[in-house]
Amino acid sequence: MSGKAVTSKEPVAVVGIGQTKHVAARRDVSIAGLVREAAVRALEDAELTWADIDAVVIGKAPDFFEGVMMPELYLADALGAVGKPMLRVHTAGSVGGSTALVAANLVAARVHRTVLTLAFEKQSESNAMWGLSLPVPFQQPLLAGAGGFFAPHVRAYMRRTGAPDTIGSLVAYKDRRNALKNPYAHLHEHDLTLEKVQASPMLWDPIRYSETCPSSDGACAMVLTDRTGAARSPRPPAWVHGGAMRSEPTLFAGKDFVSPRAGRDCAADVYRQAGITDPRREIDAVEMYVPFSWYEPMWLENLGFAEEGEGWKLTEAGVTELDGDLPVNPSGGVLSTNPIGASGMIRFAEAALQVRGEAGEHQVDGARRALGHAYGGGAQFFSMWLVGDTPPAG
Amino acid sequence: MTPHRPDREVAIVAFAQSDHRRRTDDLSEVEMVMPVLHEVLRQTGLKTSDIGFTCSGSSDYLAGRAFSFTMALDGVGAWPPISESHVETDGAWALYEAWVKLLTGEADTALVYSYGKASPGSVRDVLTRQLDPYYLAPLWPDSVALAALQAQALLDAGATDEPALAAIAARSRQDAADNPHAQLPGARPQGEYLVQPLRTGDCPPIGDGAAAVILAAGDRARELCSRPAWIRGMDHRIEAHSLGVRDLTDSPSTRLAAERAGAFEAPVDTAELHAPFTSQEVVLRRALDLDESVRVNPSGGALAANPVMAAGLIRLGEAAARIHRGDSDRALAHATSGPCLQQNLVAVLEGEPHVR
Repeated sequence: MSGKAVTSKEPVAVVGIGQTKHVAARRDVSIAGLVREAAVRALEDAELTWADIDAVVIGKAPDFFEGVMMPELYLADALGAVGKPMLRVHTAGSVGGSTALVAANLVAARVHRTVLTLAFEKQSESNAMWGLSLPVPFQQPLLAGAGGFFAPHVRAYMRRTGAPDTIGSLVAYKDRRNALKNPYAHLHEHDLTLEKVQASPMLWDPIRYSETCPSSDGACAMVLTDRTGAARSPRPPAWVHGGAMRSEPTLFAGKDFVSPRAGRDCAADVYRQAGITDPRREIDAVEMYVPFSWYEPMWLENLGFAEEGEGWKLTEAGVTELDGDLPVNPSGGVLSTNPIGASGMIRFAEAALQVRGEAGEHQVDGARRALGHAYGGGAQFFSMWLVGDTPPAG
Repeated sequence: MTPHRPDREVAIVAFAQSDHRRRTDDLSEVEMVMPVLHEVLRQTGLKTSDIGFTCSGSSDYLAGRAFSFTMALDGVGAWPPISESHVETDGAWALYEAWVKLLTGEADTALVYSYGKASPGSVRDVLTRQLDPYYLAPLWPDSVALAALQAQALLDAGATDEPALAAIAARSRQDAADNPHAQLPGARPQGEYLVQPLRTGDCPPIGDGAAAVILAAGDRARELCSRPAWIRGMDHRIEAHSLGVRDLTDSPSTRLAAERAGAFEAPVDTAELHAPFTSQEVVLRRALDLDESVRVNPSGGALAANPVMAAGLIRLGEAAARIHRGDSDRALAHATSGPCLQQNLVAVLEGEPHVR
C-alpha cells in the first residue's frame, strides 16, 4: 500500500454519552468516583459493559488543578482500564475536544473498535485561578486567571466592530436561561434577569461577574465505536463527519487575538471534511466554547457563521437563541458549566446529543448537523468536530 | 491475543536527542528542545511547514507551572497554525498518538518531541505526586523506594541476585561509553545502598534532556530515509495503580503490549528497554522472553541517561537509529510510565518493508 494513497477511514459513531451533574464542589466523591460516574452513564447509554471497551482515552487541563501528577495512572482502576491501553491528552482548555478526537482516531484508524473517552476537572480540589497564575521568569503572568488575559481582547473586538456594550449581557442571559433546561448544568439561576446580568459587578472590564464561567466539578464521557458497533446501538448514533485540531504560538507580533488564524483554519478543515460550504445555513446547532460571554460574537466570526465585524448582530437579532435560526449553546454552555478539562468534551457531547435527538428539553428541533468547538491556552489551541445524524458519505 | 496489523506502513525516519546533563540551568526548556528539533528536520530536509502532524510529551509537574508545553510550542514555529497535540506523559505515547494519526491517512509525516528538566526540583519527591492522592501520596513514598520494593520482591522470588543486578549496571554504562549523548558513560562504582537492595549503581542518573523523531508513511518514508525503521506494530497497556494488587516480579502489561505489537512472531536482534532501575530490566526481560542472543540497550539505556518524559521516546529513537545504520533488522522498543512499570508500551521496528 502506498503512503500517498489515503486509506479509507472507518466511520466513527458516538453511541454513549454520560455526564455528571456539574456543581461547585463534589465533596461526596473522590476524583475516581467522579470520573466513574460519567463513564458508567456513558456505558449505560450505549448499553455496553466495561468488557466491550478496547481502550480508554482521558483528558483534563493542568494537573495542578487537582494536585495530582498524571492522574490517569491512579484512575486506571476506576475506569476499567487495567489490561487495556490508556492514553492521556493535555492540550490546555481545548483538551476535552482534543481527547475526543484522539479517541475517534483510534477507531478511524481501525486500531480499536470501541473506545471510552472521558474528560474531567474537580476544581474544588484547588483554586484554578491561582493554578494558572504561577509566576514564570521572563514571561508575562496570566494576569490573575483567564479573565485578566482575555478582557483586553474582548475590548479590542468591541473597538474593532463597534459592537454596543450590551451584547455580552445578552449572551450570558441566553446561556443561563438555556441551562435551566439542562439537568446536568451547574448554574440554575431561576430568578436571573437581563437587568441583573447588567448590574453584576465588573470583574475585568468589560467582563462582568455574570458574564463569566463558574468553577465546576464534573466529568463527561463518550463511547465511540465503528460501523459494526453503531449497528448494534440501542439509540440513534451521532456520526463524526469531520474533526481537526490547530495550534499557533501564544504571543507574537502578528497574532490576531480577536480572531486567531488557528481557529479559522481548524473550522475550515472540519467543514472541508464534512462537505460544508455554507456553515450558517448547513449547521443546525453549535456548542461553542464561550467562557466569557463576548466570545460568542467573536467565535461566530472566527468559525465562519458571520462576516468579520458582523457576529454581534446575529447575537443581537436573537439568531443564537434556543429557538433562533442558529442556536448556540442550547446546553447553557461553558458560561453555565465549566469543569475546565471536561468543558470541551461537553461541547462535543452536547453536539452529539443534538443530532441524536437526545438533548431533552434543550433539544433543537430537527437538528441534523451540529458543531462542537473548544479552545484553550492564549486562544491558541483549537479542536472541533462536526457530527451528523447519518453516516458520512463514502 | 492476536497481533494488530496496521493498514498503513509508517516508519521512524529520523531521530535526535540532546546531550543529557545533570543540570541545564543555562537553558530554558525551549532552548533545550530547539537544537533537537532542528537536527531531526535537518536529517530529513523537511521544514516545519512540511510536517503533517506534531505531537509532544512533557509534564507540568517537572516544569512547576501549568500549560508548560505552550512555550515549547513557540519554539516549534507553529505559524502558520499547525495540526498539533500533546500528551502529559513520556514522548513515547506522543509517538503512539502520531502513529495513529498517520494510520488514519490524515497526515503523511509527523514530528514528535519530548523533554524533561528534572534538575530544578527533587524528582524523587515530584514523582510521589503521581500516586493515589488519598491513600498513597500523603505518605510521600519516593520512586527509588518503590523500585526497591520491586527489587526486593525479585530477590525474594529468586529471580535475580545483587551481583546480577550489578552486572546489568556495569554492562549498561560500558555500552554508554559509545553513546556521545549519555550522562553516565563508562564504568562506575556500584556504590552504597541508596534504598536497600538498590545501590547507587542500580539507579538512573537524574538529569535534563530532550528528544525528537520524525515519522513518515509509505513512499514518503522511503524518500526521507535510506533505511526507514518500519513500525510493524505498537501497543501499550496499563495495570492497576496500587502496588498491593500487582505481582511486582512480573509485567503482564508489557507482555500483552508485545503480543499485540507482534513482538513474538519472530525473534528480535535488539531491544531498547526503558528500565530506569537494574531490577526492572530483569522484569522486562522475563515478560518479553528475551534471551542472551538479543542485544539489550546498546545505547546504555535509562541507566546511562534518564531524562524524565523523554527516556521512553529515546528508546524508540535509539532502536530506530540502529535500523537506520544497518546494525539491526528487527528491534523491539519499550517505554514505561508510572510507579514500578505500571504502564508499558512496546513497538516492533523492522529494517525492510514487509511484503503484503
